[in-house]
Amino acid sequence: MKTKLLTALLLGTSILGTTGMALAEDVTLNIESWRGDDLTIWKDKLIPAFEAKNPGIKVVFAPSAPTEYDAALGAKLAAGSAGDLITCRPFDKSLELFKKGNLADISSLPGMENFSPVAKAAWQTDDAKSSFCVPMASVIHGFIYNKDAFDKLGIKVPQTRDEFFAALDKIKADGTYIPMAMGTKDLWEAATMGYQNIGPNYWKGEEGRLALIKGEQKLTDPQWVEPFKELAKWKPYLGDGFEAQTYPDSQNLFTLGRAAIYPAGSWEIGLFNTQAQFKMGAFPPPVGKAGDTCYISDHTDIGMGLNAASKHQAEAKKFLEWVASPDFATIYANALPGFFSLNSKPVKMEDPLAQEFVSWRGKCKSTIRSTYQILSRGTPNLENETWVESANVINGTDTPEAAAKKLQDGLDSWYKPAK
Amino acid sequence: MATKLMATKLMAAETRAKRPIRWHVGVFLAPAVLVYTAFMILPLFGTLQLSLFRNIEQSQVFVGLGNFRTLFGDPNWSVNFWNALRNNVWFFIIHMLVQNPIGILLAALLSSPRLRFTAFYRTAIFVPTILSFVIVGFAWKLILSPIWGVAPHLMDFVGLKSFFTPWLGKEQYALTALSLVSVWQFVGIPMMLIYAALLSIPDEVIEAAECDGVTGMAQFWKIKLPLILPSIGIISILTFVGNFNAFDLIYTAQGALAGPNYSTDILGTFLYRAFFGFQLQVGDPNMGAAIATIMFLIILAGVCVYLFLVQTRLRRYQF
Repeated sequence: MKTKLLTALLLGTSILGTTGMALAEDVTLNIESWRGDDLTIWKDKLIPAFEAKNPGIKVVFAPSAPTEYDAALGAKLAAGSAGDLITCRPFDKSLELFKKGNLADISSLPGMENFSPVAKAAWQTDDAKSSFCVPMASVIHGFIYNKDAFDKLGIKVPQTRDEFFAALDKIKADGTYIPMAMGTKDLWEAATMGYQNIGPNYWKGEEGRLALIKGEQKLTDPQWVEPFKELAKWKPYLGDGFEAQTYPDSQNLFTLGRAAIYPAGSWEIGLFNTQAQFKMGAFPPPVGKAGDTCYISDHTDIGMGLNAASKHQAEAKKFLEWVASPDFATIYANALPGFFSLNSKPVKMEDPLAQEFVSWRGKCKSTIRSTYQILSRGTPNLENETWVESANVINGTDTPEAAAKKLQDGLDSWYKPAK
Repeated sequence: MATKLMATKLMAAETRAKRPIRWHVGVFLAPAVLVYTAFMILPLFGTLQLSLFRNIEQSQVFVGLGNFRTLFGDPNWSVNFWNALRNNVWFFIIHMLVQNPIGILLAALLSSPRLRFTAFYRTAIFVPTILSFVIVGFAWKLILSPIWGVAPHLMDFVGLKSFFTPWLGKEQYALTALSLVSVWQFVGIPMMLIYAALLSIPDEVIEAAECDGVTGMAQFWKIKLPLILPSIGIISILTFVGNFNAFDLIYTAQGALAGPNYSTDILGTFLYRAFFGFQLQVGDPNMGAAIATIMFLIILAGVCVYLFLVQTRLRRYQF
């Protein structure tokens, strides 16, 4: 009985659904994404805002699990059943889709001029001639700190490295807090929140990153080894047993108020706001001397492109234009504090911690993670090796010089920079 | 000569006429053969075939043994491969030295007629085997966690706190620790198999031994152990196949990069990274298939050694 009813219902809805569509001649756009966490934001905020302005276009956000996304998307694209709009991973994964002809060229899309070259770089061909995804958001690296702890111990927010280590020493001497919440078990914390966080100050952001791609600098040069040396100095300030401390462990140590400083990515803001019971602040990676130019990792993380095989090209382009607009940026950045709009037009945000992070864009120079563009195409994979070596340096398994040499040797074995 | 041939032909025809083709044999075998072929044999040959090709400019090109040459000749691959193989051998050795003797011991204890609550122990020890790897990996990660884990506290109670280190995070201990976790999980299987073998030893044999004055430990070593040797052989080969196919526990506990510093990387995780890619590393199904082929050959070699060298020499006793 139950099944019969269900079948009847299902049949009914399917017939009604199709007739409804046929009558109103609405176009339905499907969005492929790995951001299942954002489902409610899309459903309640973003999509209604778009649909209100564009009657006749319905948008469905259909995410799959992050770990399955790339494989599932590949299969759907091959079968021709993929959605009209595709959420883009940065760099090579999307570039590959573009080369296969799955993503349309949208270089001339109105609204693309709202983005800076660095923002667009993640979704462009190597020669920067064609773009294939609209940049949606980036994440910024820095340090989040426990304001209450800093006040109690009378520590000022460190500007320079000396101040930073002085602060760590002070916290350690006091003993109430673990100076820094980071572990090496999951490897990527050491690389992403460590090396790529503090590194840009040494290799001067884009300047060093592009020189590395051109082959003018090597990972064994001092500006690339120094960050490893600083990482090695972090070891005594990490918690007991940091070798087996995982990423969620670090998050919990910090939000439970047991650690004072957390090397962070801005994506933590949303979670930390709901979990931490104390006041939080943030500071950018400290520079060498007071007054030095500061560089931050403002990493392009998520974009949106157009399925070249979509039947509704015009409508999908309309949607992408809207994604490129400041309207979208405002809703998105406020709904997801920590995922910052890449739009050059400034976006007003409510969250103070997110405001702090984004304010660094004004005074520091932005760059993206050094290993992401071009350099992680071969075997050994530079990004993966950077994870392993960053953890090795902190664990003391490798010296900074040895780690840098391994990375450069691995890179040399397959990467020939265009001269 | 000719008549003889005629005669045989006639006889053959006669037998054929007498015994019609037994279709039902084929019909009954068909489902299993079809399913096994479709899901095991075809993919196996598919993998072998895939390992002989390479993706060049978006099209599959036949390269013969080129992928294997890369795997063994290119230090970027071979170093990782030998490291994974070495770790895998160690993983297997731990299982053989710890899991199987403990399994036999537990079975011997369980089959002792004086032991009470046998059913309870048997179940309790077997339960981890049916748990998911994800649960086991996660639970042990928590138990051994230096921050929230119970291990440091429990060791503190008995004054052994100084011996606690973050095992899963130390290069020199991580693999052994994980092997022991796996032993904990799977010790139930050798125990059950040996237990069954011990129960199948007829009472007459045991009674005869007792009449001859062979009791206690001597009885185990001289009577029971030789009788369960075939089961131990089966367990060894099951352990071998299981260990060289292992992947899940390492993946759930240490992630695909099998840290720290690849110290827990086994063939399964190495294959996973090559085949599916990881983070920015784009998957290379052809190299992955090459690794899978080598894994298949290793396991095949191991099974052959067992079948031709060990099993033929095992004496079987018919009761």
